[in-house]
Amino acid sequence: MSDGALFHRDRGWHPTPLSPDYKTSVVRAPHKALLSMNTTLSEETGPVFGHDMLGDLDNDLTVNFAQPGEMAIGQRIIVHGRVLDQNGRGVPGALIEVWQANAGGRYRHAKEGYLAPLDPNFGGCGRMITDDEGAYAFRTVKPGAYPWPNGVNDWRPAHIHFSLFGPSFGQRLITQMYFEGDPLIPLCPIVRTISDPDAVSQLIAPLDMANTVPMDARAYKFDIVLRGRRSTLFENRKEGN
Amino acid sequence: MQTLPHLRESPSQTAGPYVHIGCVPNFAGISGVYDHDLGSKMLRDGVLGDRIIVTGTVFDGTGTPLRDAMIEIWQADANGIYPGRDPRGAGDPNFAGWGRAAANGDSGVWSFETIKPGAVPFPDGRMMAPHISFWIVARGINIGLQTRMYFPDDPAVGNDPWLTRIEHQNRVPTLIAHETKPGTYRFDIHLQGPDETIFFDV
Ligand SMILES: [Fe+3]
Repeated sequence: MSDGALFHRDRGWHPTPLSPDYKTSVVRAPHKALLSMNTTLSEETGPVFGHDMLGDLDNDLTVNFAQPGEMAIGQRIIVHGRVLDQNGRGVPGALIEVWQANAGGRYRHAKEGYLAPLDPNFGGCGRMITDDEGAYAFRTVKPGAYPWPNGVNDWRPAHIHFSLFGPSFGQRLITQMYFEGDPLIPLCPIVRTISDPDAVSQLIAPLDMANTVPMDARAYKFDIVLRGRRSTLFENRKEGN
Repeated sequence: MQTLPHLRESPSQTAGPYVHIGCVPNFAGISGVYDHDLGSKMLRDGVLGDRIIVTGTVFDGTGTPLRDAMIEIWQADANGIYPGRDPRGAGDPNFAGWGRAAANGDSGVWSFETIKPGAVPFPDGRMMAPHISFWIVARGINIGLQTRMYFPDDPAVGNDPWLTRIEHQNRVPTLIAHETKPGTYRFDIHLQGPDETIFFDV
């Protein structure tokens, strides 16, 4: 017995694959229509990630790459929230992997060409697994905005990349978190691949002063929703499957 | 009218060019944070089934290899059970079922050491031909692409309940790997063009 088919994706809520203002998408977006199918076991199942695979510092980007006694430079923040499914239930055991630029907007990557300096104490990766309620939290520094070669003067708003791995391979999702109040958000060609302003809002984390740690770090709240499952009231399945 | 309680799925955004930092940091040269990159090893000694290599390249619409793509695969074990959460039972304890690989930064080639999967049932109970599910992300891909790889010379492919639903049967060969030497399967993925791979909304 499967737990039930995954909800179909609302492709109009997601970004438009071929978005001419995001130039790379022009040669990388499929031209033919996607073939719509109902999910099978191949999409409804997925690997299990155990909390025991995590290191103590995996969810603290301020220190997980730093020399002993050192810390990353930048505005200290805590990002926290819940992973939910479309039925509003918390998703326990979801693997979250995050990556970001340093406080100056520079990534630690061989193909990165921005002149802003590397921070010797900042790697830029972190990961966690959601708890029984689907909650997660990590500590980091606020990433800087950075320029990128697309238009002649395009800048990415400050953002953190998120990879989400819930219980089903068909729920796999990569997205980005933006910060409340950033004037670069509406200018960004990657943000603008999403056409519905309410969908963009779903990716903007509000400042959460209530969860700020005084004299330490401000907090941002970011909830993420993964595909839901149909209830199994009337499954179109033969007995025994 | 009442409103449905369903939430909207968070919209996708591109993985960007630096996905390696978050998902395969050791590959990206960021060592000492995680002891190994997740998904880099799919099997342990004692794994059941025929060991195979699955390799390929993702090509853009100009025929250029994607050197920044990340590929994930998910497949059943040799008995057709998905490791982890399969409602039909526990899978092979020496097989992870899930793999993650970055394309080579120069050539764009990626590869997985895995085993040939067993067959898995379709929701109506008929068996699907053995296949591997793919998820492809990269800069310029705004939402991860889903496809499947099937095996050549497998008689079950002709009756596969998933493949037979495809209207344009002349595109089905884009889902079938080529055995370039015994046990090595090449599965190139074309994002556009006459050989554009079938991608699924599933
Ligand atoms: Fe970025």
